[in-house]
Amino acid sequence: MVKGTNVYGILRASRAASTESIVLSTPVEMKQNSQAAGLLLALASYFRGQVYWAKDIIFLFNEHDMIGMEAWLEAYHDVNVTAISSSVMQGRAGAIQAAVTVEISSDVVTSFDISVEGLNGQLPNLDLVNLFSSFCQKNGVLCTIQGKLPRTDGDTLEGYLHSLHTMLLMVLKQGSGKAQGDHGLFLRYHIEAVTIRGINSFRQYKFDMVTVGKVFEGIVRKLNNLQERLHQSYFFYLLPSLSRFASIGYYMPAFIFLLLILLLRALDLWIKLSKAPACPKDCVEEDARPGFLTILIPIFICHAMGLALYYVPLLCQGTATDHFPVSETEAVVLTSIAIYVAGLALPHNTQRALPMELTDCGWMTLKLIAVLYLALLLGSITLINFSLGFILAVTLIPAAALAQPAPYKLPSALLLVLLSPPVVVTLCIFLYHELSEYPVSVLECWQLFLKAVADSILDHHLYGSIVYPFLVLLVHPCWLLLWNVVFWK
Amino acid sequence: MAAPGAGGRPPVALWFLAVLLVAGSGRGGSEEAQVQVKQFFRSGHTNNWAVLVCTSRFWFNYRHVANTLSIYRSVKRLGIPDSHIVLMLADDMACNPRNPKPATIFSHRNMELNVYGDSVEVDYRGYEVTVENFLRVLTGRLPPSTPRSKRLLSDDRSNILIYMTGHGGNGFLKFQDSEEITNVELGDAFEQMWQKRRYHELLFIIDTCQGASMYEKFYSPNIMALASSQVGEDSLSHQPDLAIGVHLMDRYTYYLLEFLEDIRPASQDSMIDLFKVCPPSLCVSTPGHRTDLFQRNPSDVLITDFFGSVRKVEITTDVIRLMPNDTEIEQSHIPESQPTQALRYVDQLAVAQIIHQKPKRKDWHPPDGFILGLWTLILLVFFKSYGLKHLKHIF
Repeated sequence: MVKGTNVYGILRASRAASTESIVLSTPVEMKQNSQAAGLLLALASYFRGQVYWAKDIIFLFNEHDMIGMEAWLEAYHDVNVTAISSSVMQGRAGAIQAAVTVEISSDVVTSFDISVEGLNGQLPNLDLVNLFSSFCQKNGVLCTIQGKLPRTDGDTLEGYLHSLHTMLLMVLKQGSGKAQGDHGLFLRYHIEAVTIRGINSFRQYKFDMVTVGKVFEGIVRKLNNLQERLHQSYFFYLLPSLSRFASIGYYMPAFIFLLLILLLRALDLWIKLSKAPACPKDCVEEDARPGFLTILIPIFICHAMGLALYYVPLLCQGTATDHFPVSETEAVVLTSIAIYVAGLALPHNTQRALPMELTDCGWMTLKLIAVLYLALLLGSITLINFSLGFILAVTLIPAAALAQPAPYKLPSALLLVLLSPPVVVTLCIFLYHELSEYPVSVLECWQLFLKAVADSILDHHLYGSIVYPFLVLLVHPCWLLLWNVVFWK
Repeated sequence: MAAPGAGGRPPVALWFLAVLLVAGSGRGGSEEAQVQVKQFFRSGHTNNWAVLVCTSRFWFNYRHVANTLSIYRSVKRLGIPDSHIVLMLADDMACNPRNPKPATIFSHRNMELNVYGDSVEVDYRGYEVTVENFLRVLTGRLPPSTPRSKRLLSDDRSNILIYMTGHGGNGFLKFQDSEEITNVELGDAFEQMWQKRRYHELLFIIDTCQGASMYEKFYSPNIMALASSQVGEDSLSHQPDLAIGVHLMDRYTYYLLEFLEDIRPASQDSMIDLFKVCPPSLCVSTPGHRTDLFQRNPSDVLITDFFGSVRKVEITTDVIRLMPNDTEIEQSHIPESQPTQALRYVDQLAVAQIIHQKPKRKDWHPPDGFILGLWTLILLVFFKSYGLKHLKHIF
């Protein structure tokens, strides 16, 4: 049970009607954030002397990082989206138009880094990124994204690879569905928010707190002059650098072409199914269409396995810690891995236990359903979180298209396992650390994977992240159906 | 005795001549006074009105309010009283919470000139500035409860100045983000005014993007029009102020204000000088004007005929006999051999004129044939491999 206290103050606009507000927040407990509280207080005392405020400004100091932020947001909007409960809020300031989270680690800053990815891959309006970039340039401060220094040689191979790395980092972060800063929780309430970190990397050109203050003062004043919520620029984009973006109109067609593979494969199976049955030679008059039950049973069992993966680890958490010397987190993670591995043995057991006729038409029908189901899932998730959909598409679609029962099961089974969601997650973690120039060994990668599973379960129950339930309840059964297809005979 | 007699006669003749000369010159002096009197009634108007409209709201349209208030200031300074000015401002910039200098609206950088001044009388404010209200003001069709300050009580001897500013396009002017007035409507409104004898002469000034399109459809006589830019051109703003954070004025009105600051009530500058106010080198856009509907020669029209309300006083010591029809009627400079076309209601949608705009650069799309061809190819390959009998599965 975690308890905490948030502290916030409201600077009222003296000539306006207090109908709108801007939030400046900082997580005070963070280790890399020792200076931001002082900066916010200095900004507050400066802002108090100005007459041009049209919106109230809320200065928020939240405890326990994102838990405190979620509690404050729920209390402010008087809703109960998650299981966090908060006390009644005493002072309000109207509708929040925009928010900036500040994290500064030292009193001398050499660059600013911006984080845009929010919960479930939601992004703020691109105008906020442009605002940040333009104010950094105006004050002559170095600004970065994904921690990478800006380059001007976009035409050369190195420049292109640099941009590609930056964009891949954003894709991986967005695909994980984790909010990369306190700002990520604002986006759900339609409040555009970003996190700006002041970084001291001991470079030659340093900026003191006055310059830092000027940058933030400019950003807040610009947000103050807005007449409407930010909506003119894109909400769906990928950033290969701070000054370039790829909007949804550019990256969606790539995904559509990938989906087309699945649809063509489904069409192919449909045609084969309606041809003259090339089914067992001994049946002359037998209706070669697979029985209703033959198809329904694998589907039912795969979804039951998904439900088990979702509910059982938490239900058995108590008993697991009682009987085994593991911590609660480890218990949950290891239980889920155990259920996953058990699910791999399903096809054999199902076929042994239940009477099913294993015909070609059977596996083709099952695969048709699986492929269409996968197309539907990927299409839906891409609309919400493009990066997650794209990563799953790139790995699962070849697996789905190629899966079929063959005399030698090992290669196809191995391919399917290698392209399954957990392995993909591990590979993504590995890739992420490679791109951040912080490579990890295999053992560390495994531990990070366990941590990632635990974090995703925790995020789901704390903030409502949909990555874990989506992968476990929907993608995993689909993958299991394909596994059934591979092991059909 | 004869010599003194001969010497006495020439002085008498001289006196007689002198009397005749004086009488002659006296008559010549009253002729001059007659000419002066004719000049006195040259313009034909007896009162002046001004309708000044700013159509944009929001803080970043500060410059439109500053434009309108600059003209208001000039017009008041040159003598038109508040009771004869209808000022319509769509938003209140001086008291906007975003204004770092409350209760002021500046038109020059470094805050040299505060056009909000000490006594501004806004007649239509905020959401009252709508197309309907503007047209009702012009045509006089207002409900009986409308106060006098909101009415245009002009008659057939009124010279009216109409100034409009805001965001506009080819053939329209945007009012407050939600409606527009078209050039056709404006032309019809002026015709209604002409038929109800609500003006003697009208000067229409517009400072918006593509402003010249707004006066293309006028067809009533005695209208002179000026615009800040031609069709297809944008009117640009002048200078941002770093302390206030917005652009303060539009270029055309800025130079117009500078020009008007030099005009005194007794200035004899004519409209020709007004046409030269903002050359493209300063304004970037090309200002335009239209004088074909105006019956007098623009070089004879004083600026104070429209911008000022000059009470003419001429002191003369001579007796002047006023003849009934003393006003000078100038011959219209259109030759009689060309009968002017009787203009009726204008073509509502002049397609040919709309089309002659600059072609817009369109984004490249793959040609429709390409997509059709692609689908045909896919279908052909498909049916080739699976046979035509599968058609029934698709359709």
